[in-house]
Amino acid sequence: MRKYTPKQDVQKKSYFSDRFYITPSTPKKEVSSDEVYDYDIKLLSDKFEILESYIEIEELVVYINPEDNVNILTFFKEALDYEMLMELSAIDYIAQRGGFEIFYEMLSLTKRKRVRIKTFIKEKQELNSVYEVFKMANWSEREMYDMFGIRVINHPNLKRIIMPDDWYDHPLRKTYPLQGDEAASWYEVDKIFGKDAREEIGPEIRDSAAIDRYDTKRFARLGHEVPYGVDITDGKEPEHTPLAYQEEGGVPLVKKFDENKSVTLKKRK
Amino acid sequence: MRQTANRLKPFFENINFEREDNTMMVNFGPQHPSAHGQMRLMLELKGEEVVKATPGIGYLHRGMEKMGENMIYNEFLPTTDRMDYIASTSNNYGFALAVEKLLGIEAPRRAEVIRTMLLELNRIMSHLFWLATHALDVGAMSVFLYAFREREYAMDLIEDYCGARLTHSAVRIGGVPLDLPQNWCEDLETFINNFEKEINRYEGLLTENRIWKMRLENVGVINEELAKSWGCTGIVLRAAGVKWDLRKEMPYGLYSELDFNVPIASTGDSYGRYKCYIQEMRETAKILRQLIPMYKDSDSQLMTHAPEYISASKEDIMTQNYSLMQHFVLVTQGMRPPKGEIYVATESPKGELGYMIVSDGSPYAYRMKLRGPSFWHTGVLEDLLPGHQLADVVTIIGNLNIVFGEIDR
Repeated sequence: MRKYTPKQDVQKKSYFSDRFYITPSTPKKEVSSDEVYDYDIKLLSDKFEILESYIEIEELVVYINPEDNVNILTFFKEALDYEMLMELSAIDYIAQRGGFEIFYEMLSLTKRKRVRIKTFIKEKQELNSVYEVFKMANWSEREMYDMFGIRVINHPNLKRIIMPDDWYDHPLRKTYPLQGDEAASWYEVDKIFGKDAREEIGPEIRDSAAIDRYDTKRFARLGHEVPYGVDITDGKEPEHTPLAYQEEGGVPLVKKFDENKSVTLKKRK
Repeated sequence: MRQTANRLKPFFENINFEREDNTMMVNFGPQHPSAHGQMRLMLELKGEEVVKATPGIGYLHRGMEKMGENMIYNEFLPTTDRMDYIASTSNNYGFALAVEKLLGIEAPRRAEVIRTMLLELNRIMSHLFWLATHALDVGAMSVFLYAFREREYAMDLIEDYCGARLTHSAVRIGGVPLDLPQNWCEDLETFINNFEKEINRYEGLLTENRIWKMRLENVGVINEELAKSWGCTGIVLRAAGVKWDLRKEMPYGLYSELDFNVPIASTGDSYGRYKCYIQEMRETAKILRQLIPMYKDSDSQLMTHAPEYISASKEDIMTQNYSLMQHFVLVTQGMRPPKGEIYVATESPKGELGYMIVSDGSPYAYRMKLRGPSFWHTGVLEDLLPGHQLADVVTIIGNLNIVFGEIDR
């Protein structure tokens, strides 16, 4: 058994925080400070319950009940002229509040305004699909399901969209590990070749920037070329390696490359 | 199991090859040159007509949103290059602008001019790439060569500025790192002069070309309702007759000072989109021309002064004790933006590119949602392709200008 470590939130954390640092917040304004938004909120509050609303950095934010999401989005689309839904996704607050915050980012082309409609659902709670109102929700909600595991009801095709169908867990949750463990890194080697092959194959190189100057098979040495596969670990390099790769007899129609006659251009022709 | 040429035995992928209802399944991609990246398109065909289309994405998924939540803001910026890698500055800029708005800072004017120059050069590069590959898909080989030559010159200009050709990362949060090199503006002007002539050549080859028109006209009609419902933006929306360009309607940066038109088409078909692209390249050249005098009039500050968030200039870091300390903290631990949320959208060559950042006051974003416009331009294929011929599928995919870096993220 591997050692258990709590995995409620495995995201990267800053290793130092000033004890006396007070985190500021973005300025939030009253809705009444903007004429257009004020009017929208008045019409909306007559029909639906609004939990909270404010303007944050020139954008209206409205908190609603999750049961109202379809009706409110329809209302925004039809009565308030917010005819496009630009973005829809979730924010993971499982560790703090035991659920997700869903946001709908809407745009009005006529008023040139954006509205963010937000709602909170519990971890296992289901959400109504807004596919009937905006077709783009088809893919967005699939992505949300894929990334957070939020079940959406009345969705035409609730399948994973980005990850493979048989993937385990949902990557954007804060509980999702950032790295595979030791056993996972040997999984394929063990399955295909058996455990004994571990030593021969060696660990997988995860560093995509890894460079080995003595590896003449996988790395070119520009200006200091050596023949393929030559061992140069002792520091002895052949003095000159011809750069022409052409056959001795030449190839029909192809001019033979003469290294001594080649010129490097100083400037583009 | 041996297969005979005319009767396929059902095994592996051939299981759905022929079905009861006489439709045929065709697996278009994920390794298909005209799928423009890694798209798997499952087509159900009746004869040559598409009955049902199911786009499958995710082959280029790198978990960028997760990366954004585990990197400090400056660290994440080069990653945004890899979204729409055809026009990477537009991604850098969108991200930098989002963070700047969250912090409540503004880039100095010269930085903003340089950014806009790069943005518009990127728009030209992206549109040229689109024109080249799309024309190649449809069968016009020579346009591909002409367009790629011009794109090469645009890339040379960008290379002169930042050293990179494809993934520029030439924008920083709070400004730009470098001033333009000597004679860059002159080179840019030469490029624009040449480019404007070249556009006429592309048009001469394509616009009235009978084959081009036959392949594009009335193919892939996205009307206004469908575009709005599917969240299509950019040229797709404009070709449907909606005059909506974020640079014009909700201006950011310098765009409110610049004089340019927003071309629209009323047809909503591939040909209308083609005309919009061509016209938009002309408008972009116009913008670039206006930027050159603006650059010369601006003073030389490149990074904004905000000691809490942005490192001081190199000179200060090397001479001032406090600047060095602050630089050390910002590099090792990152800036701490205020607690809050922001959604900032910019007009990338493909459409509305949005960055949603949720900050909890720590140096890492709590949630980063990246809205790549191509995501929904691929989604709309589900509703768009049925009823089209198989040959038109290639035209439509190429015409929608989808880039998989920003679809899968």
